[in-house]
Amino acid sequence: MLEFENVHVYYGNIHALKGISFHVKEGELVTLIGSNGAGKTTCLHTISGLLHPKRGKITYQGEDITYLSPYKIVKRGISQAPEGRHIFAGLTVKENLIIGSIQRQDSSGVATDLKYMYSLFPVLEQRLSQKAGTLSGGEQQMLAISRALLSKPKLLLLDEPSLGLAPLVVQEIFAVIQKVRNEGCTVLLVEQNAHKALEIADRGYVIETGSIILEGSAQELRANKKVEEAYLGGVS
Amino acid sequence: MGALNYIVQQTMNALSLGSTYALVAIGLVMVFGVLRLVNFAHGDLMMVACYTAFFLVATGLHLGLFSILIIAILVATLVGILMERVAYRPVRGASNIITLLTSLAVSIFIENIFVMFASPVPRSFRSITPLFLNIVNHWGTLVVSNINLVIFGVAILLLIFLLLFVTRTKLGISMRATSEDLMAAQLAGINIDRVIVTAFAIGSAIAGVAGILWAARIGRIDPLMGFTPLLKAFVAAVIGGFGSLAGAVLGAYLLGFAEIFLIGFLPPSLSSYRDAFVFLLLIIVLLVRPNGILGSIEREKV
Repeated sequence: MLEFENVHVYYGNIHALKGISFHVKEGELVTLIGSNGAGKTTCLHTISGLLHPKRGKITYQGEDITYLSPYKIVKRGISQAPEGRHIFAGLTVKENLIIGSIQRQDSSGVATDLKYMYSLFPVLEQRLSQKAGTLSGGEQQMLAISRALLSKPKLLLLDEPSLGLAPLVVQEIFAVIQKVRNEGCTVLLVEQNAHKALEIADRGYVIETGSIILEGSAQELRANKKVEEAYLGGVS
Repeated sequence: MGALNYIVQQTMNALSLGSTYALVAIGLVMVFGVLRLVNFAHGDLMMVACYTAFFLVATGLHLGLFSILIIAILVATLVGILMERVAYRPVRGASNIITLLTSLAVSIFIENIFVMFASPVPRSFRSITPLFLNIVNHWGTLVVSNINLVIFGVAILLLIFLLLFVTRTKLGISMRATSEDLMAAQLAGINIDRVIVTAFAIGSAIAGVAGILWAARIGRIDPLMGFTPLLKAFVAAVIGGFGSLAGAVLGAYLLGFAEIFLIGFLPPSLSSYRDAFVFLLLIIVLLVRPNGILGSIEREKV
């Protein structure tokens, strides 16, 4: 479904992605793990079109999307809930959700999907007219995921959805991620919380300073000594 | 009674002056919101609208006042859109100093084109101004001119229209989202080019309206006429908080009141220093609230 082929990305002189390749198949839940600054977020930003690679190619459903602008990528069916949530704090919860469905013309479909979001995250329905900035961290993450889902993506990119959240909330968010995936949405999940990510993923890639150093099924990665020491140690 | 009348009349003047500033400031803040760019050429759009109206009348085509005004506003809008396309889009994402210089350059460019082709000599705007605007009403002991009523009325209507636009339409909500968080707006699927062009179009159209009202009030136009209202609108936006439309409007009316009442209450020997007092007010506001009255402290990124 998505092919990331030998992608090189620079920030000025800094070589952030040094020829990274990975792929995501339809229906899979794939995770990119690695420590802070390894290049995980850069990968997602490059897929979403916020950054363009200097070399390399990104193919989605057989088509080259390397140089498309972000909104066109959303239109093709890839949406992202970014790291740090980035909800529109000054807008109401309802307005945030409207923005999520901004490109859709099927208002009845949007209404159905909104109801579905309220069933996933009942708290959002109670807070519709509230400014999104007044939500708790967990609620903001729920809003960010709902906003991304409302564009009706075929591929959902999630960047650190567990960041800064209480364990119980993380549990809830991860349950929703699994649910979304079970209903047919392909998911690419970026996490520092490798333990949690590998629990629900099918496959994973380990990124270190701009290169992929390991890949395999979630099971293999969990069993891998190196992964265990570097990313799973102490987290349980 | 005399003192009360005086205050009511000065209030009317202040509302009219503040309304003009508000109309100019809104366009400035809209563009700043989506591009983080202070468009110094914004005042020149006022001038473009006025000269368009002036020349349309001079052609002797007898177009009718209403169509002349519509065409003038459309021309200002088109020039605003063109400005974004030709000058600002290529430098989007460049450092602040580059975009600032670009906008100064655009301003100087437009002004000098008019100086060259329309001559720097001020022209009378009376031929365009319908006579009823000059009528001064005597309501009991109150004296209120029609032009002040029209300016205030038009400003309020436009402000209501804008409020509905930014809260009720998808494009308006997208514009608020974009000015709050450009990256998130893009990731959510907003076509930011479209939002930016819309901000320029609406801001320029309103600047056109403001220009014509301004010229109708003072009765003449010249190629540099946009500078003073631009500067005042800029001050108004800073006082109110550059990030928000409500702040810009609030700042504009505060500034209008400050100017009018300073002239009224200062001894005549000091009233020619009113701009100095106005800028003193700006300095005080900035010392107490660096982000403006309604401006929020920049949130820390998590």
